[in-house]
Amino acid sequence: MELIYLLFILVLAGFLGFELIHKVPATLHTPLMSGANAISGVTLIGAMVSAGSDNTQLTTILGVAAVIFATVNVVGGYMVTDRMLSMFKSKQKNKEAK
Amino acid sequence: MDMLILVNISYVIAAILFIVGLKLLSHPATAKKGNLTSALGMFIAIVMTLLHKDIISYELIFAGILIGGVLGAWMAKRVEMTAMPELVSLFNGFGGLASLLLGLSTLTISNSDSLTITTMVIAYISILIGGVTFSGSLIAWAKLGGRMASKALIFPGQRWLNGLIIITAIALPFVIATQPFNLQWFYIAIALALVFGILATIPIGGADMPVVISLLNSYSGLAATAAGLAIQNNILIVAGLLVGASGIILTQIMCKAMNRSLMNILLSGFAKPIEAG
Repeated sequence: MELIYLLFILVLAGFLGFELIHKVPATLHTPLMSGANAISGVTLIGAMVSAGSDNTQLTTILGVAAVIFATVNVVGGYMVTDRMLSMFKSKQKNKEAK
Repeated sequence: MDMLILVNISYVIAAILFIVGLKLLSHPATAKKGNLTSALGMFIAIVMTLLHKDIISYELIFAGILIGGVLGAWMAKRVEMTAMPELVSLFNGFGGLASLLLGLSTLTISNSDSLTITTMVIAYISILIGGVTFSGSLIAWAKLGGRMASKALIFPGQRWLNGLIIITAIALPFVIATQPFNLQWFYIAIALALVFGILATIPIGGADMPVVISLLNSYSGLAATAAGLAIQNNILIVAGLLVGASGIILTQIMCKAMNRSLMNILLSGFAKPIEAG
């Protein structure tokens, strides 16, 4: 049953992913990649549960390490995407000025 | 029970914000807003997860978030504009590493009776994909930053070595099924994944690296999904698949824009090296 449920989400996510981004202009390729990359840091959510739950010491250590790396991915990912987009905006203005 | 519903509702909201965020991010006029929308979704999910019934101590979580947050912010602030793609690759590698660690941590829980073979195999998959993402991203980071030669690197027997790794990786779950609770198989999986990530990335020239990073980004989404299945967390499954799906489509679009064939780039470890300037 769970496999079917997963297959459902997989198919829907596939179509959704295509619909969402298939018309993206070339200039936005890198920021979009970076923004999607920040979302993949969602592992942080699971890592938090692993790090904070009552388990073996090894589970906690691995969980905390996962929290640290995932947070770097999330925070850094969103911030660098934001900087990229600011740069992109000023570039656009330059082009228009020319 | 009420708390769990509340946490899951916040995950639904986060998923919506991720989707809307990606949509806005793919249009020039709204891109910046899209990134913030997606960040808001992540923030909500993180804060609400603190209410999760399994979390009994917060110190280590906060310490981890503080360390990771400061490090990530510092790296994102400090980076030169031209070095941004390689930083994205590095962040992506960390995301993959986090999924690897999370997959491994599900195997070490104190109540190991609740571990089924299915969970173990799923954790194995998250370790495998996470490991490939991590080492592959590190190579992409090094190649883009000139920390290693950016030209395609290929050595005799590489094809055979790749084939051997893939066969071993496919065979390992069967071994795990017959000998569960033996962590050494998972350590072998980590080693295989790390080596394969390196081998898959070194034969690809520096000019093709953006495509590789995009592909590895898609992988890190899938790694998050696998980790989410192992710990049964819906937001990891949904958001991971969303990144996995949009990542592979973006990779395809980027290939087209650069006039490259995705298959060619993917299989470069099995064929003649591709020289792309």
